[in-house]
Amino acid sequence: MTTTWWLRGVRPLGGDATDVLVVDGVVAALGAEAAAQAAARDDVRVLEGAGHVLLPGLVDLHTHLREPGREDTETVASGTRAAAVGGFTAVHAMANTTPTQDTAGVVEQVWRLGRAAGWCDVHPVGAVTVGLEGERLAELGAMADSAARVRVFSDDGRCVHDPVVMRRALEYVKAFDGVVAQHAQEPRLTEGAQMHEGVVSAELGLAGWPAVAEEAVVARDVLLAEHVGSRLHVCHVSTAGSVEIVRWAKSRGIDVTAEVTPHHLLLTDESARGYDPHFKVNPPLRTQADVDAVRAGLADGTIDVVATDHAPHAREDKDCEWAAAAMGMTGLETVLSVVQQTMVDTGRMTWADVARVLSEAPARIGRVEDQGRPLAVGEPANLVVVDPAARRVVVPEEQATASRNSPLRGRELPGRVVATFLRGRATVLDGRPVDDPDRPGVAAGAAVGA
Amino acid sequence: MKHLLSVADLTREDAVRILDTAAQMAATQEREIKKLPTLRGRTVVNLFFEDSTRTRISFETAAKRLSADVINFSAKGSSVSKGESLKDTALTLQAMGADAVVIRHQASGAPHTLATAGWTRGAVVNAGDGMHQHPTQALLDAYTLRRHLVGDGGRADVYGRDLEGARVVLVGDVLHSRVARSNVGLLHTLGAEVVLVAPPTLVPVGAGAWPARVSYDLDATLAQVRPDAVMMLRVQRERMSSAGGGFFPSPLEYARRYGLDARRLAALPDHAVVLHPGPMNRGLEITADAADSPRSVIVEQVANGVAVRMAVLYLLLAGRNDGSAA
Repeated sequence: MTTTWWLRGVRPLGGDATDVLVVDGVVAALGAEAAAQAAARDDVRVLEGAGHVLLPGLVDLHTHLREPGREDTETVASGTRAAAVGGFTAVHAMANTTPTQDTAGVVEQVWRLGRAAGWCDVHPVGAVTVGLEGERLAELGAMADSAARVRVFSDDGRCVHDPVVMRRALEYVKAFDGVVAQHAQEPRLTEGAQMHEGVVSAELGLAGWPAVAEEAVVARDVLLAEHVGSRLHVCHVSTAGSVEIVRWAKSRGIDVTAEVTPHHLLLTDESARGYDPHFKVNPPLRTQADVDAVRAGLADGTIDVVATDHAPHAREDKDCEWAAAAMGMTGLETVLSVVQQTMVDTGRMTWADVARVLSEAPARIGRVEDQGRPLAVGEPANLVVVDPAARRVVVPEEQATASRNSPLRGRELPGRVVATFLRGRATVLDGRPVDDPDRPGVAAGAAVGA
Repeated sequence: MKHLLSVADLTREDAVRILDTAAQMAATQEREIKKLPTLRGRTVVNLFFEDSTRTRISFETAAKRLSADVINFSAKGSSVSKGESLKDTALTLQAMGADAVVIRHQASGAPHTLATAGWTRGAVVNAGDGMHQHPTQALLDAYTLRRHLVGDGGRADVYGRDLEGARVVLVGDVLHSRVARSNVGLLHTLGAEVVLVAPPTLVPVGAGAWPARVSYDLDATLAQVRPDAVMMLRVQRERMSSAGGGFFPSPLEYARRYGLDARRLAALPDHAVVLHPGPMNRGLEITADAADSPRSVIVEQVANGVAVRMAVLYLLLAGRNDGSAA
């Protein structure tokens, strides 16, 4: 059924060059054994590794696919195609769709759309509360028991700010080993907020989003998680103070994990000076001290994962004055390059660390069992081949995502995804998505009628 | 100078040239025939997304005194109130051939976006954007201060001069004030020393980086600084309500601690002047005793506003088509 692939001379986790044989969607052999078995077969396709780095397929804990509701900005098909181009074999689709992913019916629909498109696995995130309103728990159990097997619950875009609702959610999801992923934002402290509150906001006259509005909620939530013995995940940590709180919580043995976005690893609030809404995002871009802190936290393991918070928006929602613009930026197709630039090329992390923060840890947090696995014989062949020596300039119009709101337009970034394999099937080859010639938007070889 | 978006775009030389040009404009306004032919055939659009009768009238008067055609486009009763975007409004005005767009907008940065997004080829003049900037207000304040504080009160000897060494105290709602941000920047550029006085709730986080000292005590500041000028900022009464942010407990408490009244007026040096950008809340940030005193130059600020805006439009538009630098 699937092609047999011989990946020749790739460097697993950036180590020594070796061969990998992929048969029937699993890693069948490594090293000399792979070369020997490949030579004995006549159905083998060869991918010349040329010293490229081999990683487990990337797993995103935080993706906005916008379907159902805003198919003008992204669909499950276009977003997962972009994800494959970025090296992903699984994404978690955030719940703030229209209608909201707060019922088993909607999460199953999103899950099925992902299967039909065939670019990567789609794990829908369930809303914590009905309609993201923060008042009543959604039917978390029904979503967990559905075909989508939801394990991550989040009202992302909004904060579960009511402490009682948050406590109940943390407790309730223990029944099915779920996790609440909190968008930490104290709503009263951030009414009308436009950007990080500090020197730049004071000068630009934009209403401030203070760091304390994030940190106060993170602090409360880790204490709640400790009290009820639950698992907590903190979305898009953006401040030095949040890193400190998570570090402290982990040192106490609290079961908390945290993510950072590529834009918070790279950009600061100085970007707002031109009032270009492509730099408007929630939580906002912070200061250089915060960027340094999240980088250090990622390197020392305080922050467990890098998650994209890929947030496609329509042109008209970014082609306007700052206050009128939507918050959010795309990131699926650039995240690996940003992590390489900020963490690997600076010597802070190895490629094994990259595999940890972009594949193993997010799969573990999301309880995705067949992703983020070791590069070993018998494991599912969810793989990505990266050329770290390549350089490229970001041109949003050339990206696979249906939206153009990348903050990195015109920037030169290191590294390029050469190929992505989903259970042995190539979704990306030579950096380009492998489309089914007969089914628009669908990956070649995707199961028919899935 | 292609646009006037922020005082940060102005060097000392730019600012002094605008003030000098304004002085020349003011001189023409004492003639019987006030109208100059300078901008005949040019179109100036007043694009006001926020109500501001006094600023709009000031720009309109300035443009008309220079013989420009003036189109007033206000958000109320226009397509803007039906949800038209800034972009489409700008493209419409461009299609009608606006040589300059004077924009007042509630969103900080909207004039910057208008000037840089490629929607209009005209010169953009910021007439106040959100909490960001109001550069012609700062220029008219600087012009007024120069008239009173520099030289011997005659006109000619102020040409070319800045405000080196002048001590100016700004009092009030600094947090929400584009007037404060513009004045801090321009007064610093012109060499003046600025002290901001406000309740701590109305000082922006991050103001420590500004070229100004911050105090929470008006009486102590007036006694220590011995200011040459006191500039009172408008305070909206609704700022005290919890819905408005709860920035201070009551108007009475605000007036007691930060209002300019007869007692504080008497504590000022004899030569000090009192400014207010208007409209005033009499009884809140300023009492009638202070507003109507001989020290008050508040009405003169209005007249100076026309001269300064004439200068800005002239420098932006005159000679723009023949390629010479304006």
